[in-house]
Amino acid sequence: MGGNISTTGPSRPVTQEYRPRPDFFRIACLLASILTITLLAFIVGEILFKAWPAISKFGLGFITGIQWSPNREVFGVLPVLIGTAASSFLALLLALPLGLAIALFLSEDFLPPAIRQVIRFVVELLAAIPSVVYGLWGIFVVIPLVQKYGAVIAAKFGFIPFLAGPAYGNSLLTASLVLALMVLPTITAISRSSLVAVPYALREGSYALGATRWETILSVIIPTAAPGIVASGILAFGRAMGETMAVAMLIGNSQRLSWSLLSPSNTLSALLANQFAEADGIQVSALMYAAALLVMLTLGVNIAGEAVLRRTQKATAGLR
Amino acid sequence: MTNTASHSDKNFFSADGKGTSVFRLFRNRFLTGLCIALSLLTLVPLFSIVILVIQNGFPLLSANLFTQLPPAPGMDGGGFGNAILGTLVMVGISLVFSVPLGILAAIFVNEYAPVSWLASAVRFVAKLLTGIPSIICGVFAFAAVVMTTHKFSALAGGIALAILILPTILLTAEQALLGVPYAFREASFGVGATPFQTIWRIVLPEAMPAIMTGVMLAVARAAGETAPVLFTALFSQNWIKGIMEPTASLSVLIYNFASLPYAYHIKLAWSASLVLVALVTLSNILAQVIFAPKHR
Repeated sequence: MGGNISTTGPSRPVTQEYRPRPDFFRIACLLASILTITLLAFIVGEILFKAWPAISKFGLGFITGIQWSPNREVFGVLPVLIGTAASSFLALLLALPLGLAIALFLSEDFLPPAIRQVIRFVVELLAAIPSVVYGLWGIFVVIPLVQKYGAVIAAKFGFIPFLAGPAYGNSLLTASLVLALMVLPTITAISRSSLVAVPYALREGSYALGATRWETILSVIIPTAAPGIVASGILAFGRAMGETMAVAMLIGNSQRLSWSLLSPSNTLSALLANQFAEADGIQVSALMYAAALLVMLTLGVNIAGEAVLRRTQKATAGLR
Repeated sequence: MTNTASHSDKNFFSADGKGTSVFRLFRNRFLTGLCIALSLLTLVPLFSIVILVIQNGFPLLSANLFTQLPPAPGMDGGGFGNAILGTLVMVGISLVFSVPLGILAAIFVNEYAPVSWLASAVRFVAKLLTGIPSIICGVFAFAAVVMTTHKFSALAGGIALAILILPTILLTAEQALLGVPYAFREASFGVGATPFQTIWRIVLPEAMPAIMTGVMLAVARAAGETAPVLFTALFSQNWIKGIMEPTASLSVLIYNFASLPYAYHIKLAWSASLVLVALVTLSNILAQVIFAPKHR
């Protein structure tokens, strides 16, 4: 700018001292941070507050009750809790081996990078498809399939309580199949990053001892990456529990207890999706109570998953 | 399996069949084949979804879909212009709340106090918020907005979506700021700039493409979500007139029409899926394109 500052004299009075003013931008950023933190507390608090009439009226009987009939003002969510746990667990059971296989496929060099890139793109695309589109697809593809083969299975293996008939299209199994697809990207992404983080020296050591590729994978790479893979499973479980639209469209929304995977069931999130718009009075409170349970469950699962992930990163940090 | 040393000592040269090189090579090939087969298996459902959405959604696709209102039950014709507009309006409302909040919080976390307990708390809460089910955002907006104003509204839906995308915007913005080389800040402070000048004139412009990537990803996420707007914005057969009214959205339209017994409505649901998937994919691609690293 000016090269002759000293000769032309001061541009402002010398007597004016520099006085630091408060950094308003800093204050705005601080407020935004505080607001973000309080937001979580506000969400939990608001839901608990609106649930309070139901909490004080039904107490723990809400969790152990097996009846949900709004017109008689009887509310119990045990079948829904079981449905939530069962559908998420089944989805995880299906998705974990598949997700791990894809993660290995993406981190090892079985096939040329171009093909791996395609698979990676496909998995990312799976994550981008809206839940409601999965639901629509499930209605027209998965439900007929489950109906067709479910009847065959129920006829042959009906003596096993889990596979007892009659077989419905809108069932726990249908919801779990679609849920498995939806949590696949979560499992793949986290497992892959923990597999890639395994130090290369460990592979080299294993190969040098004469191990084949799969001996190395099974006895060195997977055990080293195991905590990360476990974390991916936990986080995917949390995902599956909170997933709403596809489940609400496929699970059949029945509050009846049943052992069979082929009969309709319900989950907490699907219950909320189906009943909130038309609820009033104590039913709104009961639904808020159910929502509070869902928040607690998913927060618990997510904190556990994050804790495992963080420990893994610390444990392998020294090896890299 | 977990103990390589003892495994190799005992079995590699024994004659029980498990340690022979034929078995080892066979197992190696078999597992490789299995792994590749399982990976390719995921292509099947994805292709099925994409093909069905295009096949069933394409026939109805015309300009009318974007300009007309949904038909009454049992009637044919019409489109879902109001739902597209409703989705865009609610995504816009959500951005108004979440973009300033997320970016300012990210600036605090990364620029003003990166190692404070407050910064760790913000990061931790943002992580937890990503894990909250989307329907809980809807429940919260129902409790906080719908029950207070006694009205289903686009505003309530927008607020629910804002909570949903806040952590995405915050965490990607933080990463974006983290990517700005520290020397930029030192140079700025070196010529006498204040912290605000440094952030506003040097750091933010440099991080802006990456921040926009996060915002576009958030738009994609918000546009596709149904659960948060299901019982906050509800649905409407008419054009949106103000933000304090029940508002249609593409995703809720798909949900509502999918279970109706009318063939035409189901076709509309497929067409809406096509439009929605196109919208979401477009935002995702835009997110990738905007983030073109300048210094590499």
